[in-house]
Amino acid sequence: MSTVLVVTEQKYDAQKNAAISRISLEALAAGQALAASLGADCAAAVLGDSSAANELTSKALSRVYLLEHPLLKQYTPDAYNKALEQLIRATSPAWVLFPHTYQVRDFAPALAARFGQSLISDVIAIRPGPTFVRQLFQGKLNAEYHRAGSDSAPGFISVQAGSFRVEDLQPGTAAIEAFQVELADGDIRTKPSEPFRESAQTVDLAAAPIIVSVGRGIREQENMPLVESLAQALGAELAASRPICDAGWFPIERQVGSSGHTVAPRLYLAVGISGAIQHLVGMKGSKTIIAINKDENAPIFEVADYGVVGDLFEIVPELTKAINSAKS
Amino acid sequence: MKILVAIKQVPERDAQLSIASDARWIEEDGLNYVINEPDAYALEEALQLREQHGGEVIALCAGPDRVTSTLREALAKGADRAIHLASDTLGTLDTLALALVLADAIRSESPDLILTGLQSDDLGLGQTGVVLAELLGLPHSTLVLHVEKTATGIRVKRELEDGWFQHIDLPLPAVLTIQSGGNKLRYATLMGIKKAKTKETRTVEAATPATPATVELTRVFLPEKQKQTQMLTGSPAEIAAQLVEKLRSEVRVL
Ligand SMILES: Cc1cc2nc3c(=O)[nH]c(=O)nc-3n(C[C@H](O)[C@H](O)[C@H](O)COP(=O)(O)OP(=O)(O)OC[C@H]3O[C@@H](n4cnc5c(N)ncnc54)[C@H](O)[C@@H]3O)c2cc1C
Ligand SMILES: Nc1ncnc2c1ncn2[C@@H]1O[C@H](COP(=O)(O)O)[C@@H](O)[C@H]1O
Repeated sequence: MSTVLVVTEQKYDAQKNAAISRISLEALAAGQALAASLGADCAAAVLGDSSAANELTSKALSRVYLLEHPLLKQYTPDAYNKALEQLIRATSPAWVLFPHTYQVRDFAPALAARFGQSLISDVIAIRPGPTFVRQLFQGKLNAEYHRAGSDSAPGFISVQAGSFRVEDLQPGTAAIEAFQVELADGDIRTKPSEPFRESAQTVDLAAAPIIVSVGRGIREQENMPLVESLAQALGAELAASRPICDAGWFPIERQVGSSGHTVAPRLYLAVGISGAIQHLVGMKGSKTIIAINKDENAPIFEVADYGVVGDLFEIVPELTKAINSAKS
Repeated sequence: MKILVAIKQVPERDAQLSIASDARWIEEDGLNYVINEPDAYALEEALQLREQHGGEVIALCAGPDRVTSTLREALAKGADRAIHLASDTLGTLDTLALALVLADAIRSESPDLILTGLQSDDLGLGQTGVVLAELLGLPHSTLVLHVEKTATGIRVKRELEDGWFQHIDLPLPAVLTIQSGGNKLRYATLMGIKKAKTKETRTVEAATPATPATVELTRVFLPEKQKQTQMLTGSPAEIAAQLVEKLRSEVRVL
């Protein structure tokens, strides 16, 4: 029987306890669904930590491969690629599926290349065929992808956060199988140090009930007072998309998104933000989302409760005025 | 240090996109093209490294004739020379095939450092740099914000999720994919634009990759709406009044 192999990732809490990360559980749900549609098995791989593997024994998986080795304790692309290459050669899965994390971005494209394949990255839906849907142009368009040519090597897929549901993960029983990997110090060419965080935080975006967030639609730093006045009228905290922080108009501690903060305020008012996935993951849990954008096809409207298609330079001043007079 | 920067030309961000009649790509006529944003940061990092340590910066771009405008811009900003891998059919290649074409051109230059952007704005694959490293047999790091030269190679600052960072030490030669925001971008000066005219752009026909594509883009379409968004219309004043009403009675923040 052919197999869909899902490569999982762990998250560590403050006490250094490992758990399978949420996006990995989503990837497992995607893997199970793909396997079911192909009449295949679904197996999982856990690298580095046996306690995380234990968590998966209650899921409907044909196997949980546990890859333990001192050189897998700290992630390096060389160790991961070598270990997974050995597992894939030994078990010959038909598909290898990953969660689309920063770590996966760092090694999976090279692993696929090692098998003469291209990774279909950041997949948001899997349809019969199998057909894989992913975004183009930062979410403005979608595209369908297929495998082409021979399927003598596995196909490689990574799935986007939030696209598959953890609730769909089928329970069952799975046996853990230790898989011996061969790694030597000389295989590892890069030397990582401990992760760190920059400067102390002076704002707590996560605690703010109202956030006014600004994107590149504001065009120039001189225009920033426009949104500052709006935030003041609403008693809101100010936040921004990445390009605003890249430009230095706001400090990075005000950045919302996958490399910034995750927020879920009562109100998130997005001004001139297109809604790329890396931004959406940081704010789509907000209770109410209002978006002002001149492009009616901007992906921000996918998650907005209220949308205004129009010029922020006309709408924001009117809105600030209306709020101020409503309050007085 | 000899640094090669792989640059992609993409439609400008605010472009109104329409799907081509065969639904395999977008309508390209009438679009304005610019440098892929993270690639501009990759070029900036390369120029700063050269300013500190000497050496040479080479810009490499594969694509049709129009991409020479982006290469000229890279020269005007300070790249020493440019290589144009001429091809009208890159669009049909998958990541591996494109990386094979780029790797061929890079090998003959044997640079100390190869920089790419972390992701292209159009395809958004985020893979080309990592695959290049694999094909060239070089170590790599991704999502890099800053590069520092060390006694044994380089030390990079890499971005992790949720505001975390990490330093990685690598030997040279190496491949890095550059994340945006690590530096302030420079503008081309008038002097730079003048000088660019005297710099070399070598055009090479891109080789046809030996391996066929393993992945194929078969259909482009508009995303289906998942959420019922209530659109507010009218004059700016009318929209503002409606928003205030929502903020008061439904969102309850006023
Ligand atoms: C690994 C990785 C991590 C990332 N991390 C983050 C992150 O943490 N946070 C983040 O935000 N991004 C992040 N990004 C970048 C992300 O992909 C987008 O590039 C970014 O979010 C776009 O920001 P934007 O919406 O402000 O700009 P654009 O995409 O340029 O959008 C500007 C919007 O403004 C609109 N507009 C223009 N003029 C007007 C006007 N006059 N009135 C109204 N609307 C107007 C346009 O229609 C457009 O929709 C990351 C990317 C990668 C690859
Ligand atoms: N046609 C090309 N020519 C030169 N460099 C490219 C080309 N396509 C992609 N790249 C490089 O690869 C990076 C990542 O692209 P992608 O894998 O498509 O997201 C880009 O930021 C560029 O640096």
